[in-house]
Amino acid sequence: MADKILNKIYVKVWRQNSPKAKGRFETYTVENVSQGTSFLEMIDILNDQLILGGKDPIAFDNDCREGICGMCSLYVNGHAHGPDTMATTCQLHMRKFNEGQTITVEPWRVGAFPVIKDLMVDRTAFEKIQQAGGFVSVNTGGVPDGNAIPILQDDAEEAMDAAACIGCGACAATCKNSSAMLFLAAKVSQFAKLPQGQVEAKRRAKAMVAKMDELGFGGCTNTGACELACPKSISIAHIARLNREYLKAKIAD
Amino acid sequence: MSNFLSASIGRKVFMSLTGLFLISFLLIHLTLNLFLIFDDSGNLFNQAAHFMATNPMIRIVEPILALGFIIHIIWSGWITLENMKARPQGYASGDKLLKWWEPSKNMFILGGMIFIFLVLHILNFWVKMKITGDPLLDQANGTGEEMHNAYALVSNLFINNPLYDIIYMIGGIFVGLHITHGFWSAFQTIGLSNINWMKRLKFVANLIGFVFAIGFSSIPLYFLIKF
Amino acid sequence: MSILNSKIPEGPISQKWSNHKEKIKVVSPNNKRKLEVIVIGTGLAGASAAASLSELGYNVKAFCYQDSPRRAHSIAAQGGINAAKNYQNDNDSVYRLFYDTVKGGDYRSRESNVYRLAEVSPNIIDQCVAQGVPFAREYGGLLSNRSFGGVLVSRTFYARGQTGQQLLLGAYSALNRQIAEGGVKMYTRHEMIDLVTIDGKARGIIARDMVTGEVKRFGAHAVVIASGGYTNVYFLSTNAMGCNVSASWVCYKKGAFFANPCYVQIHPTCIPVHGSQQSKLTLMSESLRNDGRVWTPKKKEDAEKLRKGIIGPNDITDTDRDFYLERRYPSYGNLVPRDVASRAAKERCDAGFGVNSEGKAVFLDFKYSIERLGRHTIEKRYGNLFQMYEKITDVDPYTQPMQIYPAIHYAMGGTWVDYNLMTTIPGLYAIGEANFSDHGANRLGASALMQGLADGYFVLPYTIGDYLANEIMVPKIDTNRPEFIEAENNVVARLENLFNIKGKTPVDHFHKKLGQIMWDNVGMARNAEGLTKAIKEIQELRKEFYKDLLVPGEMKNVNPELEKAGRVADFIELGELLARDALNRNESCGGHFREESATEEGEAKRDDVNYAYVAAWEFKGIDSEPVLHKEDLFFETIQLTQRSYK
Repeated sequence: MADKILNKIYVKVWRQNSPKAKGRFETYTVENVSQGTSFLEMIDILNDQLILGGKDPIAFDNDCREGICGMCSLYVNGHAHGPDTMATTCQLHMRKFNEGQTITVEPWRVGAFPVIKDLMVDRTAFEKIQQAGGFVSVNTGGVPDGNAIPILQDDAEEAMDAAACIGCGACAATCKNSSAMLFLAAKVSQFAKLPQGQVEAKRRAKAMVAKMDELGFGGCTNTGACELACPKSISIAHIARLNREYLKAKIAD
Repeated sequence: MSNFLSASIGRKVFMSLTGLFLISFLLIHLTLNLFLIFDDSGNLFNQAAHFMATNPMIRIVEPILALGFIIHIIWSGWITLENMKARPQGYASGDKLLKWWEPSKNMFILGGMIFIFLVLHILNFWVKMKITGDPLLDQANGTGEEMHNAYALVSNLFINNPLYDIIYMIGGIFVGLHITHGFWSAFQTIGLSNINWMKRLKFVANLIGFVFAIGFSSIPLYFLIKF
Repeated sequence: MSILNSKIPEGPISQKWSNHKEKIKVVSPNNKRKLEVIVIGTGLAGASAAASLSELGYNVKAFCYQDSPRRAHSIAAQGGINAAKNYQNDNDSVYRLFYDTVKGGDYRSRESNVYRLAEVSPNIIDQCVAQGVPFAREYGGLLSNRSFGGVLVSRTFYARGQTGQQLLLGAYSALNRQIAEGGVKMYTRHEMIDLVTIDGKARGIIARDMVTGEVKRFGAHAVVIASGGYTNVYFLSTNAMGCNVSASWVCYKKGAFFANPCYVQIHPTCIPVHGSQQSKLTLMSESLRNDGRVWTPKKKEDAEKLRKGIIGPNDITDTDRDFYLERRYPSYGNLVPRDVASRAAKERCDAGFGVNSEGKAVFLDFKYSIERLGRHTIEKRYGNLFQMYEKITDVDPYTQPMQIYPAIHYAMGGTWVDYNLMTTIPGLYAIGEANFSDHGANRLGASALMQGLADGYFVLPYTIGDYLANEIMVPKIDTNRPEFIEAENNVVARLENLFNIKGKTPVDHFHKKLGQIMWDNVGMARNAEGLTKAIKEIQELRKEFYKDLLVPGEMKNVNPELEKAGRVADFIELGELLARDALNRNESCGGHFREESATEEGEAKRDDVNYAYVAAWEFKGIDSEPVLHKEDLFFETIQLTQRSYK
C-alpha cells in the first residue's frame, strides 16, 4: 500500500495566456510527489508552488475527478488522458511515472477545439453536434408507459455501451485526423439500437454528420486510435453503424 | 444524395468501393502472375497475358479499372488534405498510442509509395506492351501461336536487374500492408461491420494482405534466386 | 404562528397534488412567449426544468459553470433511480415509496412534498425511456429493477453503474433540442454571482463570464436555482471540484431563507483519504455492502501493526477479526443505513482500530463471498468497481480487502421552499438538491435522481405558472434599471476586493482549513462544545481570509483562483450557519448526530417534542446572528417511530 515518493520530476507544460496569444512550453520541477497522488493533484501541487512563487497558475479543465464528467482533457506524454488505459486524466496516477522523468502536458490539439488558456480548450463544437440531432424529439409528458415497448436485452446493452460516452474529446484529440466520428457514432448508435430513437434515425445521422463536417473535424480513416484512447472503451463498431445509418439515409434521399 | 460526394463519410465511401474493386483486380493479377513461377517455359503466362489482352470483356473493364485507380488516388489526396487541415497544430510529444509503422496510420504514405511503384510498373511493362513495343515481346514464344512473349519481357527484367527485383519485392510488401488495413476498413466504411464481424474481417484482411505480399514479392525473388 | 407559509394544499394526502394542480393558474401560450425564466445549473433538476419550460413556450436562459451542461455532477450518481411502478408485483405503491422516504428521512421532511414526489415518480421512468435512456432490461425486453438499502421492495431502475449519467444525458438531450430550436439560450462557463431583486421580486442575475472575466446582467420574470448541494464546505467530499453554494448563498443574503443546513449525508463506503494532497474523495457504490463484510481487528496491537505495514490484513485470522456491524446490528448486519454504518466506522477508528497509516479506514472484505459464490460471480457483479478501486489504490480487492471510510456525500438541507418550490423571495425558485424539501434528515439511496427529475419535469413547470400568470403584464426586464446597475457594481467591487487583498495564502489553504474545522467539529458526531468552538474558528478564519488571501492572475481572463476565492468566501459563511444550525438542533436525527442526544448504547435519539420542525434561517447581515424561523412539521399520515436496525 505504501506508495513510493518521486523526489523530483519535470513537468513541461503548454502555456498560452489567451486564445490569440502565442503559446510556448515551460518546464517546472515538482518535488516529493507520492506515487499514490493523482496526476491532477500533482498539477494542484505545482499550481500552489506557482502561486506562492508569484506566478500565474496553469489553467486546466477538471471537475468530478472520478472519470465521469468528461471535463478533464490533458494530452500527456503522447497519450490523450495519459499512459493509463481506460482512464481519464483525473484517474491517472503518478505510479505511471518514474523518478526524474520529464512529463509533457499539452492541450487537445484539434482545430475545432481552440485553446482558451493554457491547457483549457473550447469544446463548444461537440455541443453543436449534439444540438444538431442528438436527441429524441419528445416533450415532457404524454409519453407511453416505460414497459409499453419491449426492448431486446442485447439491444439495450449495446445502446448502453455507446451511451457511456462522456464527451471528453479524447477521440478527436488522439485521432490523427481530429475526427469526431466516435463521439458522433456513440450517440447515433445508441439511438439506432432503441425503438424510440429509430423514428428519426435518418434525419439524425445526416444532420449530425453535416454539422461535424461543417465544424472542421476530419474524417474517419479507421485507425482505431479513438477506441484505444477512449476512457470508456467505446468500440469503433459503433462507427460502422453510424456509416450504415448515414448511407441508408443518403440513399433514400 | 446532395453533398454526398463532399461529406466526410461520402468521400470515404468512394475510397472504400474503389479499394475493394482494386483488391479484386489485384487478386486476378496475382493469380496470373504466379504462372510466371509455375512454368519456366513461359507458355502459361503468355497465354494468360494474351487472353487478358484480347478478351473483349477485359477490354471493357480496363478503362473502368483505370478510373478506379484514378478515383482512389485523387480522393486519397483530397481526404488527406482535408484531414490535415483539421489539426493545424500537432503534438510536441507525438503520438505514442499507435506504433509508427502501423498501416492504418500510414495509408497515404503506403499508397504514395505504391503509386510511384505503379508508375514504374506501367512504364516497365504496360507501356512496352501496348504503346512502344519491345524487341523482347517479339521473341518466339515456343508455342507457335501469334502472341506477345510477355514472359520474355518480365523474366528479362527480373533476371538482369537485381535492383528491380528489390523494388518489386518492396512494392509487393507495401501492397500487402496497404490491404491489411484497406480491406476491413472498406467494409467498416460502408457500414458492413459490427463487433463480431470486425474481428473476422480483420483476420481476412491480414490473410489477404499476407498472401498479396508473399505472392507478389515471391515472383522477383524466384527469378533472383533461380537464375 | 411562523411567518413561513408552506402553502400545503388542503385535502387528504393522496389528493393534495391533483387538487392543487386544478386550482393553480395557467399561463396562455401567447403569454408564455413573452415571459423569460433564468435557470441556474444544468444537472438533473436544472436541465429537465429548462427543457420542460422551453417546451411549454417560455424563453429560458440556462447557466452552468462547466463547459457543457452535460458535465453537471448529477452525472456521477451510480446506483439508480426509485419509482413506484410496482413492475415487480411486490406490493410497491406510491404510498410505500412515500412512507419509506419519510421514514428514511427520520421524520424531518414535509409529508405533502414527499407524497407528491412518490406520485410523479412513475412518470419519470416513462419520460426517460421515451428519451432513449438505455435502462437495464430483462430477457423479455421489460425494464429491470434492483433493490436498495432501507426498503423492502425492488423499485430501483438503473443503467449499469451509470444511472445518473444516463438520466442527465437524457435531460441534456431534451435541453439540446430546445437550444437548437431557440427556446433555451445556453450560457456555459458562466457563474452566477448575484441575484437581482426589484420591488422584492427576483428579476434577474449578475453572472461572470469565466472565459473573458466580463461581469454581465441578465433579466427574467423568474429565477430558478438548481445549483446542487453545498457539501464542498467540507473541502473533501464526493462532490465535483466546482460544486459550490454561491448561487444559493447570494439568494440567502438577498432574503431567501436557508433551511436545515446541518443535514448532510455521510456515505460509508468511500476510498479513504490518502496523504495531505488529496483533492477529492471517490465513492464506492453502496451495493458493495451486499456481498462485502466490514471488519477491523479485534486486538489493538494488530491494528497498530497494520498501520505500520508490518502485517497485512490477510495475516489476521477470522477469530481475530471484529465484524462490528454484524455484532452491533445482528438483524441488518452490513446493510444498515448509511448514517448508522458511517458512525460505526468512525467509532471503531476513534477507538484505535483504524487500519490504514492514518488510522482512518476499515476493511470491506470480499473473501467470504468469493469463497461462497466464486470469483466469477463477484467479478460479474462488481467488476468495474473493483477495477476503479485498483486504479486508485493499486490494491487488488480480489485478494486483499478494500479499505473504506465515510465521506461527505449529499446535502439534504438547502434553500427553504414552499409546496410550489418557491423560496421566500417571490419569483425565486429552488429545485433539486439545492432545496431542502424532500429528504428530511437523511436521504435514501436512489432518491436524489428521482427528486431532481420530479422537480424539473413534473413539478416546477406547473407551479411556476401560478406565479408567472400574475406577471404577464410585466414587460421584458430592463437590465439598465438601477437595481441591476447597483448589483453589478457590487459584484465588481466584491471581486476586486478579493483580487486586491494580495496576501500570502492561496485560496485552497483556506478551503482546506475550513474543511478540517468542519470535519472535526461538524462531522459525523457533533456536540455543543465542538460546535461552539467551530463557530469561533470559522469567524476567525473569515477574518484571516479577507486579510491574507492571495489571488493571482488577471480579473479579465480565465482565473480559476478568483472563481474559487468567491466560492470559498461563501463556504466560510455557510460553514458558520451550518454549525449554528447543528448547535441549535440538540437532537440526533438522520445525518445529524448530537452526542448529547444518544441512547445508552450510543445510538441516535430523536426528540420529536422539541425538534419536529424545519429550521429556516434568515440572513441579518454578515456580522449579525441569523434569525431562526420554524416551520412545524405535521405528520398526519405517518406515525412517528424511533428507527431501529438492531
